[in-house]
Amino acid sequence: MINKIVQTMADAMADIKDGSTVLVSGFGSVGQPNVLIDGLIEQGAKDLTIAANNAGSGHVGLARLMELGRVRRIICSFPRSSDPVVFETLYRAGKIELEIVPQGTLAERIRAAGAGVPAFFTATGVGTKMAVGKEHREINGRTYILEDALFGDLGLVEAWEADRWGNLTYKLAGRNFNPIVAMASKLTVVQTQHIRELGDIHPDHIVTPGIFVDRVLHVPYGDPGGF
Amino acid sequence: MSATTAEFKPFSRVMMAQNVAADIPEGWYVNLGIGIPTAVADHVPLDREVIFHSENGVLGMGPAPEKDKIEPWLINAGKQYVTLRAGGSMCHHADSFAMIRGGHLDLCVLGAFQVADNGDIANWATSENDTAPAVGGAMDLAAGAKRLWVLMEHTAKDGSAKLVSKCTYPLTAMAAVKRVYTNLATVDVTERGFVVLNMAPGLTFENLQARTEAKLHLPA
Repeated sequence: MINKIVQTMADAMADIKDGSTVLVSGFGSVGQPNVLIDGLIEQGAKDLTIAANNAGSGHVGLARLMELGRVRRIICSFPRSSDPVVFETLYRAGKIELEIVPQGTLAERIRAAGAGVPAFFTATGVGTKMAVGKEHREINGRTYILEDALFGDLGLVEAWEADRWGNLTYKLAGRNFNPIVAMASKLTVVQTQHIRELGDIHPDHIVTPGIFVDRVLHVPYGDPGGF
Repeated sequence: MSATTAEFKPFSRVMMAQNVAADIPEGWYVNLGIGIPTAVADHVPLDREVIFHSENGVLGMGPAPEKDKIEPWLINAGKQYVTLRAGGSMCHHADSFAMIRGGHLDLCVLGAFQVADNGDIANWATSENDTAPAVGGAMDLAAGAKRLWVLMEHTAKDGSAKLVSKCTYPLTAMAAVKRVYTNLATVDVTERGFVVLNMAPGLTFENLQARTEAKLHLPA
């Protein structure tokens, strides 16, 4: 019997190695796997590359992981947030590398990784400093730049519902990066608000089929809070 | 300058948003950038069906919710609570940006630091050495939407021109802007350069040119 549901955070975070690239979903605090990020903090892996839309807020979650010196490099589109104090302090001190990526290019790099596309051409960023050092090609009269796929060793996902096969649904804007993070990561770990019996999620409503999911932890925390 | 300033009345923030809203026809799919552009939606009547998109996977956004009807799982790209209209839908981030990058949006309205008369836009950083530059979805929107309009003050807080012959700030996209709405005028970006469509009441063309670094043209 396939059962991807794990009972403890230790099981959810087992075997995560130093030096991993970790794709973290979330936009604001909606659809952000905060409990799994805390689990990663507890687990202890270091020298991490984190890819996420934002670079953390306050002194919790991703910001806490960075504050503990566990993140070597962050790949994001918008390092500013309501309270980006940890990131900005580390960045100014030269203690963290930053790769800024346009948000759509970030999403497409993750999607491409999940789809087995190693790189793709895009018009986004042409003529800007994002294009510096990148391969340019003219296709049908328009100039494009080559962007690499962004693969995760680990993907952290927040779902609304999950079953033991790892089939997932999401709630409203909580979907954001979650389905593509699940596709692009070698090990996809999910925190879910609800566990459903196999067959109880209508097949038409499953957004992420379980093939993209490895471990599911039940975390019924309720509604997202501030941003 | 004060003598001439007294002769005209700049468009207020509300009027600027109204000017943009008046030009959006029913049926368009529209993304409004963070800041002044967000207010444009307030001036499109609900019976004119314009479908608003937000980068975080929301299509068919409605007005802001009443305080006691907030849905904590429904926010826009500015991380404000929003509502969904009947017919609204959710998608993931890559699909949402496929709407943008795939040329499916009829219009995007962004704020800007500078717009050049060849359509170049600079709206994400004011220095090459910004400590931690944040680009978000601006480059995708500027390069991907069918039309890019800019909504901004005509001049910067220090009085310097924002409609320029060449952007001095880091670019967001090249040759992307089609029209600019400011507190002083509405200006099209054409092969001739900036063409003035509309001016604040009482403002003369010469007076507008004096506040604009790039050369302005009257409609042919």
